[in-house]
Amino acid sequence: MSEQTPVWSVIALPAVLAALALAAAVLDAVLGGFRASSPLGEVARLLVQQRRRTLLPDTLLLRIGVVSLVVAPVLAGIVIPLGDIAVADLAVGIVWFNAMEVCVWGSLWLTGWSVNSVYPLVGAYRFVAQGLAYELPHMFALITVGLGAGSLRMSDAVRAQQELWFVVWMPLAFLVYLISALAMAFWGPMGAPLGGDIAGGSRAELSGPDRLLFQSGRYVLLVVAAAAAVPLFLGGGAGPLLPSWLWALIKTAAVLGLLVWVRHRVPVVRMDRFTQCSWLVLIPVSLLQLLVVGVVVL
Amino acid sequence: MAVAFWILAAVSVAAGIAVFVVDSMARATFALLASLLAVGLAFLLIDLQYLGVLIILMMVMEMLIMAVFMIMYMMNPAGLMPMKMVHNNRVAALVAGAVFALLAVGIFLTPWPRRRGEPPADPTHALGLSIMGPKMLVMMVIGVAILATMISTVVLATHRGRYDRYGDDLTRRPPDDPGPGHAHSPQPPVEHHHACGAPNPGEERT
Repeated sequence: MSEQTPVWSVIALPAVLAALALAAAVLDAVLGGFRASSPLGEVARLLVQQRRRTLLPDTLLLRIGVVSLVVAPVLAGIVIPLGDIAVADLAVGIVWFNAMEVCVWGSLWLTGWSVNSVYPLVGAYRFVAQGLAYELPHMFALITVGLGAGSLRMSDAVRAQQELWFVVWMPLAFLVYLISALAMAFWGPMGAPLGGDIAGGSRAELSGPDRLLFQSGRYVLLVVAAAAAVPLFLGGGAGPLLPSWLWALIKTAAVLGLLVWVRHRVPVVRMDRFTQCSWLVLIPVSLLQLLVVGVVVL
Repeated sequence: MAVAFWILAAVSVAAGIAVFVVDSMARATFALLASLLAVGLAFLLIDLQYLGVLIILMMVMEMLIMAVFMIMYMMNPAGLMPMKMVHNNRVAALVAGAVFALLAVGIFLTPWPRRRGEPPADPTHALGLSIMGPKMLVMMVIGVAILATMISTVVLATHRGRYDRYGDDLTRRPPDDPGPGHAHSPQPPVEHHHACGAPNPGEERT
């Protein structure tokens, strides 16, 4: 909301994302019955692990894929306001967010393709299929917010919710957003691209630092998906007593906790079933929500 | 500004050339994507934020779908082997040269309009008004036409319809699906119990 972006926000964004990603990993470990410190141990292990090579990998594409899986969600995060201040409050922030998270399609496909191995490739194709299923309802949910706010700017969306949070009068869009957030981060019920039935899918052949980047990128993606729900649906930093940045952080942590928890409660959905559900249920539902919001706005 | 434009222009052209130089389907696809992303970023330079970001968004999705189709129709399985990206070089060079000459001549012969007025404060808003105002009818017809095309393509391409799945009177439960885990699948069903909640060492760590 401020015109000038303070320098500290550029440093704070990666730090906050990393801290939340680690918190998500710890929560996931605890819910999975492991020690809370096990993610740190895994980080240390992967840092010293030697790279395992497959036959004839496309190393350039592999590096692009793995690195962009971390870079894309961070870039998506620059439009998300932490309290009142985003790193870059673009006039088309919602579209920017969407564009950056779509880049993950490329990251995952490149990672799966370039190691020259069957199961990672299968996982990559699964994710593209899943992407085709989740992207349309996801876009409609984002458009609904844009319509309700009358703007594609994240801070305008927050301002439009001063009276009433969007989650209250567009609950279906919020629900669709949460489902597509799971699919976007190929997490939990939408984790088929990394499925155990294909030996870990896209990341099966990754080892050492590559695997560390891949795993962190996935958690950062989950964090960004959760964090974007706050300005989009949950009133941004609005709340009594506490400062707005703290409210934004609390809400983000709550959504993130919910997403992590879902993984331990809901089984993996096959992407063909998800496609069916998405195209036959979620798209009509999100269109209906769009219609309702459109009528109200008119 | 000018420096950024020339860098993006150079990246765009270089990546475009790389499409034909590389020997792998995946690299060609992503070189083309890099070229188009540079074009999208160039749009940001002239403050057309919406169009620029939209180009990035659509091109990533398009290239990924294109990669799926390209590799699906490759002569070698999955397109994994190195392959030549150019065929019929002489005719292709002739056609490309002719088209380039035609377009270049067009650029120099067209009487380009002189700029009138100022760019609007919010180009996205102006673009929306332009599309939804005078061009509304055209956009709506195009929208319905695209939707009809998509639906009919899916209907034509789908190998099994609902009558195959649910039976002639649509009452068969569960539907006859070819995937794993179904009674009518040709192979014995494979159970994939993804142990959610239960500790499963070696999977989903970090």
